[in-house]
Amino acid sequence: MSYNFRFSALTPYTGEIVRGVLLTLQLSLITMLIGLAIGLLVALGTTSQRKSIRVPVRLYVEAIRNTPLLVQLFIVFFGLPSLGIRLDANLAAIIGLSINVGAYCGEILRAGFESIRPSQIEAGRALGLTAAQTFRSVVLFQAIKAIYPALTSQFVLLLLATSVVSSIGATELFHQAAFIDSRTYRSFEAYALITLAYLAMTLVIRTMFSALYWMVFVRRPQP
Amino acid sequence: MTRAFSSADVIYLIEAARWTIALALVAIVGGGLLGLVVAVFRVAAFRPLNWLASAYVNLIQGTPLLGQLFLFFFGLPLFHIQVDSWVAAALALSLYSAAFLGEIWRGSLQSVSKRQWEAAAALGMPYRQQLAYVVLPQAVRISVAPTVGFLMQLVKDTSLTALIGFVELTRASQIITAATFAPLPVYGAAALIYFVICFSLGRLSARLEERPHATR
Repeated sequence: MSYNFRFSALTPYTGEIVRGVLLTLQLSLITMLIGLAIGLLVALGTTSQRKSIRVPVRLYVEAIRNTPLLVQLFIVFFGLPSLGIRLDANLAAIIGLSINVGAYCGEILRAGFESIRPSQIEAGRALGLTAAQTFRSVVLFQAIKAIYPALTSQFVLLLLATSVVSSIGATELFHQAAFIDSRTYRSFEAYALITLAYLAMTLVIRTMFSALYWMVFVRRPQP
Repeated sequence: MTRAFSSADVIYLIEAARWTIALALVAIVGGGLLGLVVAVFRVAAFRPLNWLASAYVNLIQGTPLLGQLFLFFFGLPLFHIQVDSWVAAALALSLYSAAFLGEIWRGSLQSVSKRQWEAAAALGMPYRQQLAYVVLPQAVRISVAPTVGFLMQLVKDTSLTALIGFVELTRASQIITAATFAPLPVYGAAALIYFVICFSLGRLSARLEERPHATR
């Protein structure tokens, strides 16, 4: 006897899946924005002259990059309540993911800053631009171009990583798979469909990112 | 009954970490073999093979590892293949690693200058010798550091197998937490063990990157 795949059993749950997709996108966007803000501080901190700033920031980055996201989430969600900080699952997910992606964004931004050669700034100043103008039209554009590929692939990685927060009970797309599974007992179909939904999201987002890169950095409109 | 988090628990965690390492090693060996195929298909002079390999890489890199793990765990029994969580985890992580290693190694192969091929051809070497004696030795050196870097990534990724019930470091710390109700020290200790493993691998990768010709 062989197993009959019945994906049609999932059709009543289209609404749940769409809601899950939107929640996952929302979660990824919020955590990416917070992560970028943390990353900017981290990038400034790691290049700081003061050791009292540099060392703790370095410790934070190394602690995050050398431990799994799942364990970080467990520490935030299950560990912090024993210190009297009680968070609901969704908030813990946002905090855990932001702290995680902040460290990676910090490394990307630092590399972006370092990729600008000092001669570029000198050239800008030699052309008679002010410091602010040099930053805006010489440094910033090149820095963004340099970090764009790494930052966009970090976003896709984050989008996929958000699936992990379902393990602490936060509501997003992967959580919906468990819900549909519990209602239909169609585990394989539910997880297959949800996994494909992630694939569709990453394909669309990657295409959008590379189209944007092409429009802004390759076919640069002449002023 | 709850009990205190003791040194015996720390030993239990360290013993569980052996399964984390074992799983990462199985996945890097299994993924390495398949990854070689992916890398070769990606650079082969036959378009359908290129497409096949890049479709595979896009599929694996475009879906969450957690989803892949669940599909193996729930999917294989449907084909009357009885799997425990260890087999499902090892299979899923191997297929996952193959996509990443395939991309790393394709990059290493392509970063060897075209002129090296031409120089070897000018010396009268046939294609097989150009590849075996000139290009591969250089590509392998370039690929060592990022491969070790990926192994570090893989050690962290094995934590997700806890969610399909495979008892490695993360699952072990969940079990101890359930008995001791001391989540912070237990997960802290687990994080520390991961840190020691990953930090060492990261250092090793950085060292290898600084000295790509260390074997000479």
